[in-house]
Amino acid sequence: MSFLIPALRRLLMLGWLVLLLVAAAPAQAAFELPPLPYPFDALEPVIDARTMEIHHDRHHAGYVAQLNAALSERDDLAGLSLEQLLARARRLPDAMRNNAGGYWNHSQFWSAMAPAGDGGAPSEELEAAIDAAFGSAQGLQERFSQAAAARFGSGWAWLILRPDGTLAVTSTANQDNPLMNLPGIERGTPLLGLDVWEHAYYLSYQNRRADYITAWWSLVNWDQVNQRYAEALSPASAGQPTLSPRTPGAEP
Amino acid sequence: MAHTLPALPYELDALEPHISRQTLEFHHGKHHNAYVTNLNNLVAGTELEGKSLEDTITSVAGDAGKAGVFNNAAQVWNHSFYWQCMKPGGGGQPGGALAEKINADFGSFEAFVEQFKTAGATQFGSGWAWLVLDGDTLKVTKTGNADLPLAHGQKALLTMDVWEHAYYLDYQNRRPDYITTFLEKLVNWDFVAANLAAA
Repeated sequence: MSFLIPALRRLLMLGWLVLLLVAAAPAQAAFELPPLPYPFDALEPVIDARTMEIHHDRHHAGYVAQLNAALSERDDLAGLSLEQLLARARRLPDAMRNNAGGYWNHSQFWSAMAPAGDGGAPSEELEAAIDAAFGSAQGLQERFSQAAAARFGSGWAWLILRPDGTLAVTSTANQDNPLMNLPGIERGTPLLGLDVWEHAYYLSYQNRRADYITAWWSLVNWDQVNQRYAEALSPASAGQPTLSPRTPGAEP
Repeated sequence: MAHTLPALPYELDALEPHISRQTLEFHHGKHHNAYVTNLNNLVAGTELEGKSLEDTITSVAGDAGKAGVFNNAAQVWNHSFYWQCMKPGGGGQPGGALAEKINADFGSFEAFVEQFKTAGATQFGSGWAWLVLDGDTLKVTKTGNADLPLAHGQKALLTMDVWEHAYYLDYQNRRPDYITTFLEKLVNWDFVAANLAAA
């Protein structure tokens, strides 16, 4: 029977080796669809419940699923945060850039809105920065609405904090955003983003994008914008908003 | 001579149930009409006033300073062409010289269908899927927003609008269902064959 002992030992060693390899392999982390922070009908009548349901459960969920699928084929990108992926968008394949953007953009969109009347108001600090950049809150609203209306095709309008500490309004095509290192994009930390893809408003507003933009201002969650602004200014998290952390160990 | 909105080549409800009357009312009466109005406003009093739609498009294509003119002119052209690419009781398969050319250049009609579906489904954001004649060869292409084959030296034979406004009231997020329906129920192959014959 003694001949069995080396064989058994080898088998045991093999077992340990397999366990070690499994433990050392990059965690199969998956991004998750964040739940809406309010019921589907909470933003009515500005945004109808059916639009919210399709937008969150189909469009947003689709971006998450396709991002995870694309990432499952790229071990070299495993473990990167969503923000790290966006910051290297120029080197990502289109499917990953588009789906990572679609995932991040929609996550920030839901939390940047609240039922009308619940969104608070700009903090003193944010108000001062808005006045400095746009003259007044009205000035911001006009500049931002113009950017949203002028975006030809699908895309987003943004209020960003630029690296130099000033606020600016910008716009990106499709699912690009100001965190991406892409040519033609003014980079900064997004404080507020408005979806002007037709799917965001078509069931209620059809071709009347301007009406959607005007009505949308009543939904802005300024408490959330204030928080983003404060976090973006604090050295610990400057430029690194973490809206959608990966869940360690979750299945893809 | 100002640019004008062409009438739809069929009634507003002619493509039901595949494309609803409501969709065509907005798509033709509002979107297409707005492109015509915007274009006329943009070219009024400029050297582009009075030029044909095609000449307008080719003379501003690639000029970043004229993006507004290009977008509106190209969208006027795209939509006028798109309406003709559909008809009630359309779909099925082409015959004659067009069928032979598709078989020769794609291998089979089914191979063309696959390429066209993929082009429509993967055009990210707003845009168009096309069957074009590029030199002597048929090709499937896709373009973003207002871009079109004329700006790339190609002859358009067939197009499908994949801006969300083309299908959102009827299909919402289900763009692939719209694409399948377009191919199976709506394509006006006679129009496509005539475009090939005239090329």
